[in-house]
Amino acid sequence: MISDKVKLQPEVVEAVVIRFVGDSGDGMQLTGTQFSDTSAMFGNDIATFPNYPSEIRAPQGSLYGVSGFQVHIGSVEVSTPGDNLDLLVAMNPAGLKTNLHALKPGHTIIVDSDSFSKKNLEKAQYETNPLEDGSLENYRVIQVDMTSLTKEALKGVEGLDNKSITRSKNMFALGMVYWMYGRSRDYTIDFFNKKFKSKPHLIEANTRVLNAGYFFAETLELIPNAYTISPAKMRPGTYRIIMGNTATAWGFLAAAEKSGLELFLGSYPITPATDILHELVKHKHFGVKAFQAEDEIAGIASAIGASFAGDLAITTTSGPGLALKGEALGLAMIMELPLVVVNVQRGGPSTGLPTKTEQSDLLQAMYGRNGESPVIVIAASTPANCFQYAYEAAKLTLEHMTPVILLTDGYIANGSAPWKITSLNDLPEIKNRISKNASENWHPYDRDEATLARNWAIPGTAGLEHRIGGLEKDRITGNVSQAPENHEIMTKVRSEKIKRVQNYIPEIKTEFAEEGDLLVIGWGGTYGSLHSAVKQINEEGYKNIGLAHFNYINPLPKNTEELLKKFKKIIVCELNNGQFAKILKINFNGFEFLQFNKIQGLPFGNNELIEEFKKLVK
Amino acid sequence: MEATTEQQYTFKDFTSDQEVRWCPGCDDYVILRSMQKALPEMGVKREDVVFISGIGCSSRFPYYMNTYGMHTIHGRAPGIASGVKLANPNLSVWVMTGDGDAMAIGGNHFIHVLRRNIDLNIVLFNNEIYGLTKGQFSPTSLVGQKTKSSPYGNTQPPFIPGELALGAGARFFGRIGGNVPKEITQMMIDAHKFKGTSLIEVLQNCVIFNDGCFSNITDKDVKEDKQIFLEHGKPMIFGKNRDKGLVLNKLKLEVVTIGENGITQEDLLVHDAKEKDPTLHQMLVRLDYPVATGIIRSFEDVTFEEREEALTKQVKENSKFKKTDDLFFSGETYTVK
Repeated sequence: MISDKVKLQPEVVEAVVIRFVGDSGDGMQLTGTQFSDTSAMFGNDIATFPNYPSEIRAPQGSLYGVSGFQVHIGSVEVSTPGDNLDLLVAMNPAGLKTNLHALKPGHTIIVDSDSFSKKNLEKAQYETNPLEDGSLENYRVIQVDMTSLTKEALKGVEGLDNKSITRSKNMFALGMVYWMYGRSRDYTIDFFNKKFKSKPHLIEANTRVLNAGYFFAETLELIPNAYTISPAKMRPGTYRIIMGNTATAWGFLAAAEKSGLELFLGSYPITPATDILHELVKHKHFGVKAFQAEDEIAGIASAIGASFAGDLAITTTSGPGLALKGEALGLAMIMELPLVVVNVQRGGPSTGLPTKTEQSDLLQAMYGRNGESPVIVIAASTPANCFQYAYEAAKLTLEHMTPVILLTDGYIANGSAPWKITSLNDLPEIKNRISKNASENWHPYDRDEATLARNWAIPGTAGLEHRIGGLEKDRITGNVSQAPENHEIMTKVRSEKIKRVQNYIPEIKTEFAEEGDLLVIGWGGTYGSLHSAVKQINEEGYKNIGLAHFNYINPLPKNTEELLKKFKKIIVCELNNGQFAKILKINFNGFEFLQFNKIQGLPFGNNELIEEFKKLVK
Repeated sequence: MEATTEQQYTFKDFTSDQEVRWCPGCDDYVILRSMQKALPEMGVKREDVVFISGIGCSSRFPYYMNTYGMHTIHGRAPGIASGVKLANPNLSVWVMTGDGDAMAIGGNHFIHVLRRNIDLNIVLFNNEIYGLTKGQFSPTSLVGQKTKSSPYGNTQPPFIPGELALGAGARFFGRIGGNVPKEITQMMIDAHKFKGTSLIEVLQNCVIFNDGCFSNITDKDVKEDKQIFLEHGKPMIFGKNRDKGLVLNKLKLEVVTIGENGITQEDLLVHDAKEKDPTLHQMLVRLDYPVATGIIRSFEDVTFEEREEALTKQVKENSKFKKTDDLFFSGETYTVK
């Protein structure tokens, strides 16, 4: 049944946002992934974001048990999973209730009307049935008896119990959406063939239901509000869809192979960083040593040990874990050993909002250690460039002999997007500082003149036996030294070493405008939101707004101040209470840094950004 | 790990140029010299030896050894040493720790390293006090013990290190007085030879803050009567006159005298350090009289790194991924022209 109170006026658009929602067990993640992968194969640019409850198996039908998957597909560049929905597919009342607010007025809802039972309505805290009470009259509602139709489609397929029958209704929904957006079913059918290789009845069942949904939509001649999403213009190359956390893991794999070192991960499970551990434990074929330790501290401690012994060592965590690692990170810093700490940020403080995104660990990354303890801090800004920045973190730590903190966040870590695959041959060289031969005048704290990086002598090398530790050390020999001047010199050297990294990182460039009235500043995972907002406002005619998005935080790019001078106003946009703005204020005098902050565990919305920017340029 | 060269080391080769800064008369000197003498006997190359320590008096140890070493942070040496060993299983890795470092702040790492059975060695300097912070009670201090932080007597019952270690799954546990360098040296050699995590508890006198804490066990004139020095395969016999021994009476160890009540040497328990079941080893480490010393448990088991190595080999053999590019370009990719 299709409500026709809303007159359908299909429009040609360049991008649409679709959200699939249902119960945790309804298979929404799979449905969403299939749709986005198929669209990517078709040539669309895509960005996706899963949204699932922190409860593993929340009670069926409950509001907090709703699991969702959002996908943004476009014939143009797509840089975020999108804000407002063009299509909402709701498999139950709870899904409808918790997601309706995101749907654009006049746009389409597909519901499984079979699931709108009295019991489910109660669980979703609906007093009346929204399909009947008129509350949805501003939307175009497509009611489909999906459960019954799925059962019907599966009549005669042997070996299916009731549960597997009901569970495949997500494929009915997917089939419908495929027809609506003119997508091929081939990729998904191919997926069934691989996944259920040894269970032919499941291949048969899923294919049947997918087809049933597809033909059902054809019969109804369902058309979406928006269609014509042709392939996007993307740079030529081979692509794959990648999640941020996977990209991070792969960046380290590449860095290990390029540098000729073995990769060691010491880690302890923590949301939302655990997927990096999950990914790296798979890669024993590359000799990866992924060690699940007894706690966060042992995670970093084992990595420090592995680094001392000559591995490319990393540890992965999220906010509370970084707090626990603070002391050990200070040790790695004073011992001047290579080590990468990945912090996939989540909402804080304390346990905070574990499954939500935030950028509030920036100051912790910068200053969260005792004593004068600077480290390199860099941040990835998209799911795909987590690869690039993980690689860069490894390169910097090995070449500069100091720990690097790589910041990502829950939003880009769990989001996925097309990644133009980078072959190892196309990545920059990594030169490690391992001392191989004993010489009379060798000292562990001899430094490279340009970078101030010290030597790395690893156990097993005859003649280079030495001791290092957490006590202040003599600036040449590395022996314990409490000499007052020596401590000051060493403190300054460690700080200068970080500063000189400026000579090895790219300058910051603005997008959309090189000078003008307003400079929008962001860092890390907000790139997609800021980029699309500034792009849109630029297309609306505001040509005087530029975007400067930072990936290098400590040290900042050399030309930062120069760039700030080119704009009349500066606004720093962050998902925290103004931490990067503080860093800019400390570093650059004479500028007014306006702030736009959001601390809701959510990414920026396009409209709120545009509204804010317009206010500032009038 | 085994030396292939003909080079013969002496203790001097393992002595660093750093001035030793423990208090005069400290048992730590005995442990240091015992180690410097043990290493030449192990047949290991100097560059393959790594000492890792945490914080405390004992943890200054690496600075005095002319090998690779790291003096790290409080309690974390087992974690750091695990990383060293997993990165390069060819190394002989030693953790030098104290009762506070290992069992208070580092308690979690201490039990987990024992559980995993990584092939590294731990020397625990137990002096039942915090020395470096000048005299607070430690997790092995006795109830009632007066210290800087328990002026009216300690109210926290102690750990028995061996009991904790065996409970955590330790495969090798030895206990030894801090005043018997030859025996310490031998135990270090045995620990080195043992495949898996080995733990040596040294009953170490702190001359400043807990002087004499073990004198009723370790002093020359009492040690034979108060200690039972266990050796694998030998009867559990002790005493100056070698006339005392241990038997099992129901579920308890009992001290008996040979020649009394018809007891002969044949009635005594025979020490089996290699037994998998740690029940008797647990009873031995808990004994107050006599205090069990020597290698109490030495059960050879598969090590963590052996398991890891076998898995890695298997995965490598079966994997189609030889280079990262194989992975990156595998599976679902698509081309944009």
